[in-house]
Amino acid sequence: MSVVVNAPVFADLPAPAFRPGPAGTHITIRGLTKYFAGWPLYENFDLDIPKGKIVSVFGPNGCGKSTLINMIAGLVPIDSGEVLFDGKSLKDTQIGYVFQNYREALFPWMRTLDNIAYPLKLQGCSKAEVDRRMEELVASFDVKFDLRRYPYELSGGQQQTASIMRALAPRPEVLFLDEPFSALDFEMTLFIREKLQEVFMQTGTTMLLVSHDLEEAVYLADEVLLLTKRPTRVAEILRYDAPRPRTVDTLSEPDFVSTRRRSLEIFQREVRR
Amino acid sequence: MGTATPTPATTPPTMPAPAPAVARPWQAPTAQAPQAPRRFASSASAALPFAGPLLLFIVWDLVVRVGWVKPILLPAPADTLATLITGLAGGALLGDFLTTVWRTVQAFVIAAVLGVPLGVLLGSQERAYRSVEFLIDFFRSTPSSALIPLFLMIFGVSDVNKIAIAAFGAWLIVVFNSAYGVINARKQRVMAAQVMGASRWQTFRDVLIWESLQPSFVGLRSAVSMALVIVIVAEMFIGADSGLGHRIINSQQVMNVRDMYASILAAGALGYVLNISFLLAERRIVHWSGR
Repeated sequence: MSVVVNAPVFADLPAPAFRPGPAGTHITIRGLTKYFAGWPLYENFDLDIPKGKIVSVFGPNGCGKSTLINMIAGLVPIDSGEVLFDGKSLKDTQIGYVFQNYREALFPWMRTLDNIAYPLKLQGCSKAEVDRRMEELVASFDVKFDLRRYPYELSGGQQQTASIMRALAPRPEVLFLDEPFSALDFEMTLFIREKLQEVFMQTGTTMLLVSHDLEEAVYLADEVLLLTKRPTRVAEILRYDAPRPRTVDTLSEPDFVSTRRRSLEIFQREVRR
Repeated sequence: MGTATPTPATTPPTMPAPAPAVARPWQAPTAQAPQAPRRFASSASAALPFAGPLLLFIVWDLVVRVGWVKPILLPAPADTLATLITGLAGGALLGDFLTTVWRTVQAFVIAAVLGVPLGVLLGSQERAYRSVEFLIDFFRSTPSSALIPLFLMIFGVSDVNKIAIAAFGAWLIVVFNSAYGVINARKQRVMAAQVMGASRWQTFRDVLIWESLQPSFVGLRSAVSMALVIVIVAEMFIGADSGLGHRIINSQQVMNVRDMYASILAAGALGYVLNISFLLAERRIVHWSGR
């Protein structure tokens, strides 16, 4: 047995005291750091995401919009930092996630019905509970297609509707949507966008939406989170308080137009920088 | 919702092009007219797969009739077929045929039962797979028939030996395909399960195993072919007293060519039926494949 005499002392900087977000904050992100191939993507990134709001994430190409929500959702590991949901860790939080590519998100070996019920089964819900929840979901989404079909037998829009239903089935605290409309045709996009707004008005679920369409980002958002080029920081957070339900008319109202113009200005400023 | 659904891509049966009408220019166009040529066309295309075999039999028959090949080396196709049919309808060929089927099935079942779970497990622990990857690739690339002497030393000249070596060759294929099936599983489906709160075991049970089904089936199909090949080779060269391989080499040695060709055809038919039945099973079980 040997004892190292005069071993070097490794002193650590004391961890900065946790700084809670303002009242009404749902997700607190502190000191988030992520390197990609040796380059910082996020460095000491702080963000507060409000509860019961839709936040649209918008920013230049490659700034890591999807990476940001994937890190919050725990799909991409973070190098350091802390993400808390109402003070809890991800482990204790029920989340829902809607992927862009619905084809590779649903399980083709299960009927659409079983896909939607899958997160409930993971939670150990009884048959009766599952049935009741499915009934609610079918009613609130006004489903007209046959859920007993397999996902690959449905159209793209129907599959994405099913994905959103699956994500919402366990009544998540937060719903993440990674460009959920970009693989859909325009008609389906409009339809699902309206459904999403309806569900949000019914449930008030906190939503984080990544979008590459500025109009859509503003249309759905309570807050537009604009990001800079990498290393990514918050360029600005724009509030947009138009009442819901928002409709086609909303798109031509002055506060919508001005919020969109302001977002575009910030976006262009950040791209040029 | 329904209004937003694009109609399925199935196109209504199109009217046949006017071309078939040229074939019967004397017939007045009636309401029935468009159907007749279509039925003809579909039955003609249904007959297409038989064209190749028919051609082969015609050429074969001609070659024998003209005398380009001595009948002692190549019997007439009709004789061969007659020998095959009488042989399989309760003749001695049937016994050997069933013996080979039984050996192949045993070897295959051993390979599948031991191979699929191991492959799926190895695939889900990628580091574990990487550590044995070279061994699997090496022995997979080694012709199994080269290992026959080795297996002879272990199992002796027995029925077990033939099954063991066939099972070994088939097993490697199964392990390899199942493992790669899991390794190449769509990452997004695994992520979808994780984000819904599935544990490692639940992800394995509900996603990885299913994702690996299709490549596993590819493995099983190649494995059953491999098992048949090795069983036949083993029957030829490891003192067998039954089986198609034994029958082929025996009839060759006594110059009973008719029986030899009949046995070869029987072996071919067996391989073909095994392959097709696996394809059909795969289409039923992995119903989402390719969609």
